[in-house]
Amino acid sequence: MAAFFANIDLTFLIVSLVKIVGFTFAAVLPLVTVCVYLERRFSAVIQDRVGPNRVGVPLTLLGFKKDVQILGIGGLFQAAADGVKFILKEDFTPKMVNTFYFWLAPCLTVVPALLTCAVLPFGSELDFSFLGLEQPVKAVIADLNVGPLYTFAIASLGVYGIVLAGWASNSKYPFLGSVRSSAQMISYELSLGLSIIPVFMVFGEMNLPKITQFQDAHGWLILPLWGDGLSVGRWILWIPMLISFVLFTIAMFAETNRLPFDLAECETELVGGYHTEYSSMKFALFFMGEYAAMIIGSGLAVTLFLGGWSIPFAPVLGLDFKEGATPLWLGLLHMGSFFAKVLGFILFFILIRWSLPRFRFDQLMKFGWLFMFEAALANVLLTAVLMIWFPVK
Amino acid sequence: MATIIVKRPQLAWHEKAFISTLVKGLKITLGHAIKTLSQIIGRKPKVTMEYPEEKWDSHLPEYYRGAPALVTDEQDRERCVSCQLCEFICPPKAIKITPGEIPSDDPWAKVEKRPKEFEIDMIRCIYCGMCEEVCPEQAIYLRKDYAITGLSRKEMVHNKQRLYEIGGKRIGLVNKWNELK
Repeated sequence: MAAFFANIDLTFLIVSLVKIVGFTFAAVLPLVTVCVYLERRFSAVIQDRVGPNRVGVPLTLLGFKKDVQILGIGGLFQAAADGVKFILKEDFTPKMVNTFYFWLAPCLTVVPALLTCAVLPFGSELDFSFLGLEQPVKAVIADLNVGPLYTFAIASLGVYGIVLAGWASNSKYPFLGSVRSSAQMISYELSLGLSIIPVFMVFGEMNLPKITQFQDAHGWLILPLWGDGLSVGRWILWIPMLISFVLFTIAMFAETNRLPFDLAECETELVGGYHTEYSSMKFALFFMGEYAAMIIGSGLAVTLFLGGWSIPFAPVLGLDFKEGATPLWLGLLHMGSFFAKVLGFILFFILIRWSLPRFRFDQLMKFGWLFMFEAALANVLLTAVLMIWFPVK
Repeated sequence: MATIIVKRPQLAWHEKAFISTLVKGLKITLGHAIKTLSQIIGRKPKVTMEYPEEKWDSHLPEYYRGAPALVTDEQDRERCVSCQLCEFICPPKAIKITPGEIPSDDPWAKVEKRPKEFEIDMIRCIYCGMCEEVCPEQAIYLRKDYAITGLSRKEMVHNKQRLYEIGGKRIGLVNKWNELK
């Protein structure tokens, strides 16, 4: 027993724990609140409104004269106020529900969404030699060789949360919403997985950190503008990669139940969809799960197609990643770059949401099965054929 | 009757596939977003008026119907003769008048009646303006006050004193009780 404990690498354990807590609870969850704020503010300016611009740090509660607005931008505390509101509301469980599953469902939506954080490389390497760590810390929780497979396996569990929510509510609208949503998620899962097979064919790799390192040195997949990216082969392969990116993005919208695919909670037909019977924090958990899935989806898209943490024109600017020799400031810069890109992608999500009307359900299923699926398959074939003449490595 | 056959627009392939239409839509929304954002940053949002800081008062039209109030004439006489027409016509029954007699030693004794108590329940009032319309003495007017608030139901009932406070004096108009006539 003593030998077993002696074999445990305590440093590794602590570092992993810090990474898990740091990335999941100090980065992704706060990002959810940022998303909510952005959603409200961005939708407001799209509709020529001002949006939430009042809530600041509530110092008036402590007897001060004025609330403090962070950076002079009003309303940044709106998300926190929303959160407090959700916690303080009555948590009502209707009589006719199946209580166990009713309570389980919101957890099953949030947990898979947060679990998928594990394989996302949110930065390159962080050099903590001044703390006595010999090896630089990799900025990814689990350096898996099958990262995207793991992501899809876990993310598809999210559908159980929705199915259980609809079924356990024992009410018609949630049930209809959950049936719709599960049908939608299952059909788009297929094209989601198939759409990025060409990417793995090009990289010959399924390890997300390594994929990002490759893009850092040889140009991003969608923007091969430096390094080896300027070769003819890369630009010809750019065509299937662009198709793959578009398909992946569309499937991601459907996967996260965002407009124009938000039939699961289509208010005009289904009241609130699968979370009609939920209130208080349980409702907020569904909300958080949805936004967390959106962030992880954006993170995955950014990692695969837009170079993850890499800074544009890194080799030209001398800001590229050198294994084991990256200074701490560059590591932090890479992290900043990753989060900036993810935020940009989320803004795109929001812009689409407020621009497009929603599909009808039959249109949605037809689009998924008769277009997305075939297009993804054909794209795999196209990439394979092109790679006979233009291999990347 | 002439029948007009509406010609449906012929869509090009890129329009049918939502490609150019998607770009067009994104351009519209993004254009609005950038325009409004620059207005907000320049602190001159054109569309939304931020209410408590910035008020609507100077833009109120002449015919705006706010809180009803009683007015006095140029000799500070209460115009109301407590005929109770407004009380009867008031659709939500917000008005309650207790009529009173004017004592014979009063200079306006010939008017005979004035309200002893005049209450308008502002929780009930729907700002319809019927009272103003029906009043033969032009004693009740809808003013431009719209932010009528209170912490209790009692506070929301405007009594006679409060009504004259809001209404103030109004000159001209009906002169049948004046010496001038």
